[in-house]
Amino acid sequence: MATTALDPKQANIVSQWAYERPLLACRFDPAGKFVFCGAENANLVRFNLADGKPTNFAGGHDTWVQAIGFSKDGAQVVSGGCDGKLSWWDTAAAEAKPIRSIAAHAGWVRTLDVSPDGALLATGGNDNMMRLWNMADGKLVREMAGHERHVYSVLFHPSGQFLLSGDLMGELKQWEVATGKPVHSFDAKALHTYEGGQRVDYGGVRAQALSADNKLLAAGGLYKATNPLGAVNEPLVLLFDWESQKVSKQQTIDGITGGSISRLRWLGDGSLMASCGGVSGGFLLFWKPDAEKAYHKLPFPALARDMDLHPDGLQVATAHADKQLRITRLAAKPT
Amino acid sequence: MDARYACHSPEHVIARRQFLGSLAALGAGTMVGGLGAFAAPAVADQLKSDQKRIVVFNMAGGLSQLESWDPKPGAATGGPFRAIPTSVPGIQISELLPETAKQMHHLCLVRGVNTSEDDHGKGAYLMFHGRRENPAAEYPQIGAAAAKALAPADSPLPGYVLITPGGAGGRGNDSAYLGPKYASVQLGNGKPPQNTERPQNVSETSEAARQNFRRHINDEFLSRRRTAITEAFTYSFEQAEQLMRQRDVFDVSKEPAKDTDRYGKHDFGRHCLLARRLLEKGITCVQLTHTNYDTHNENFNFHIEQLGEFDRSFASFVADLADRGMLDSTLIVVLSEFGRTPGINQHLGRDHWSKSWSICMGGCRIPRGHAYGKTNDDGTAVVDGQVDHGALFHTYFEAMGVDSTGSFVVDGRKMPIADPAASAVSELLT
Repeated sequence: MATTALDPKQANIVSQWAYERPLLACRFDPAGKFVFCGAENANLVRFNLADGKPTNFAGGHDTWVQAIGFSKDGAQVVSGGCDGKLSWWDTAAAEAKPIRSIAAHAGWVRTLDVSPDGALLATGGNDNMMRLWNMADGKLVREMAGHERHVYSVLFHPSGQFLLSGDLMGELKQWEVATGKPVHSFDAKALHTYEGGQRVDYGGVRAQALSADNKLLAAGGLYKATNPLGAVNEPLVLLFDWESQKVSKQQTIDGITGGSISRLRWLGDGSLMASCGGVSGGFLLFWKPDAEKAYHKLPFPALARDMDLHPDGLQVATAHADKQLRITRLAAKPT
Repeated sequence: MDARYACHSPEHVIARRQFLGSLAALGAGTMVGGLGAFAAPAVADQLKSDQKRIVVFNMAGGLSQLESWDPKPGAATGGPFRAIPTSVPGIQISELLPETAKQMHHLCLVRGVNTSEDDHGKGAYLMFHGRRENPAAEYPQIGAAAAKALAPADSPLPGYVLITPGGAGGRGNDSAYLGPKYASVQLGNGKPPQNTERPQNVSETSEAARQNFRRHINDEFLSRRRTAITEAFTYSFEQAEQLMRQRDVFDVSKEPAKDTDRYGKHDFGRHCLLARRLLEKGITCVQLTHTNYDTHNENFNFHIEQLGEFDRSFASFVADLADRGMLDSTLIVVLSEFGRTPGINQHLGRDHWSKSWSICMGGCRIPRGHAYGKTNDDGTAVVDGQVDHGALFHTYFEAMGVDSTGSFVVDGRKMPIADPAASAVSELLT
């Protein structure tokens, strides 16, 4: 990882490629050659990082794709859709067709993650369930019930022993993978709002990331939701101490109305990076783990709905509402 | 009132004569001082079977037609939800309404609504009044107009009951020139009408004495000076007394527990069950509100949330009305102030849209298992069967057997029931 060149304050957009529909989700493949995206159609879309050329992976879903993950060797990509299906594909296929598709959840597959050893695929969905699948053949390994509302985010602990899951109500649970039993809870209810006038639940644990030393768990979403139906809210990150499950810090930023965290990633310099929406655009936000306020924000011309960090630790992909996939480099422009 | 009832069958005429005869037998004193006509059970039963009713589901904020009655899966405007088959071959609705889909053979979709009004207040006004707002005139809302046109004149119960999502309740200011008699009685969060419990420190005997004294004084006064205002005043007292006596009518906890489970234990489920109870007890118009659909942000998440609540309650309600033989006499209308934009904004929201949206109807003369009107492939325009608020308002009344081109006569002046510039949609009437 080229941490020596890493400088978020110098971040700049190096490429942007248009797609036919607004984009929803994005992930780099483990080899760092492609960015796979979900969009407002039924395709998984592969962008070649070398030239930005998009290739549609069609036939695996009936409707939008918003969850993406990879096998450990990067040879296969898995997509989760709003049709409740999971589909496996060859990552580098010239003409892609699904290797297999399975019905995974009643309602949307909202989130997925692959275990560090590559053996298991965890999914969370609108049926309030979490499921573990055998990554190699798509067979169901285990179901985990315990959330009462939609599961918004799942994350494997790097040890592979634990799985984390967060839902709409701000419930953030730690599960033991081997048994499927809950181990701990983290109180992330600050990320949930019930607005009585509008009679809606809003917010949720929309993003999670564990620091490199596994001591801090970041959970992202929104707060100050005075008008959920009108996107009047602000972004919020809760930093939990892993051992005590207590909130060690609430991380915010001033001046982003309509903001909500869509993804979190820790950087090589110990910074926490978030993608965020806003009323009039999108942002990459950067915090130091010991600070409450973000030390930098990079504006985008359109709302960023998802983000991923390249294996090189320098390039960032963002999926945007204006149909653009943007690649940002977290370093100074070459002179 | 000058409204013409569609049903002129000999049976109806005879039944009405029987009803009037029964009233006469009860004596003039009853008519002046009280509302005791329904002491005659045979008359009450006859009216119950003949009386037309209406229930209005107000999807406040603007229900998305694309996430409900007119899905466009696969279109750029379609959103993430799929269309599902219904009990009527060829008619599909959003997958967010699986229980309602099973009741589609009782319902009728109107997919070509164009009201050209994207403002919440103005949109609601025209949908509930059948006319565009006019600073020079106030018109009664649909519930008040239905109560005036259809409710038995001496019913001990209000003709128009509004179940609100919250609030304390009270009386509405929604009957315009029809007067307070036809204004809504509002049940805040489905609770019985306010102030209808006899204070504990007033005994039944003492209460009866108070009411008798009031009637005596009132009758004396009315024998010398009788105006529309004094009539309304008298009616208000009589209705209040009846509401106190019939408080149980509004008590949804009297319904079987299994129905509570079936409808859903949330507020809206309880409100739908209460609506069924009120209609069965003879209330002419029940209006209930489900909120909030004004989803400029995260339209899809919020429609999952809201329609997930609406679907089972509404479908149970429709199924029960059908099972109980009430669909022939009860008009169901599911409306909003407008629909939502086919275009999806950057917040995955949909904004206000009135040029091509949908409502759902059922019961009375509305064709069952039918979809009328059509929008184009991306839902941005009506391509067939366009209707507006004025035509719909006429259609509601015609469906209930009221000549919508007729008038209410108020202080000797004819007030058209519906906008004279519009007319009913004949394709929506059997």
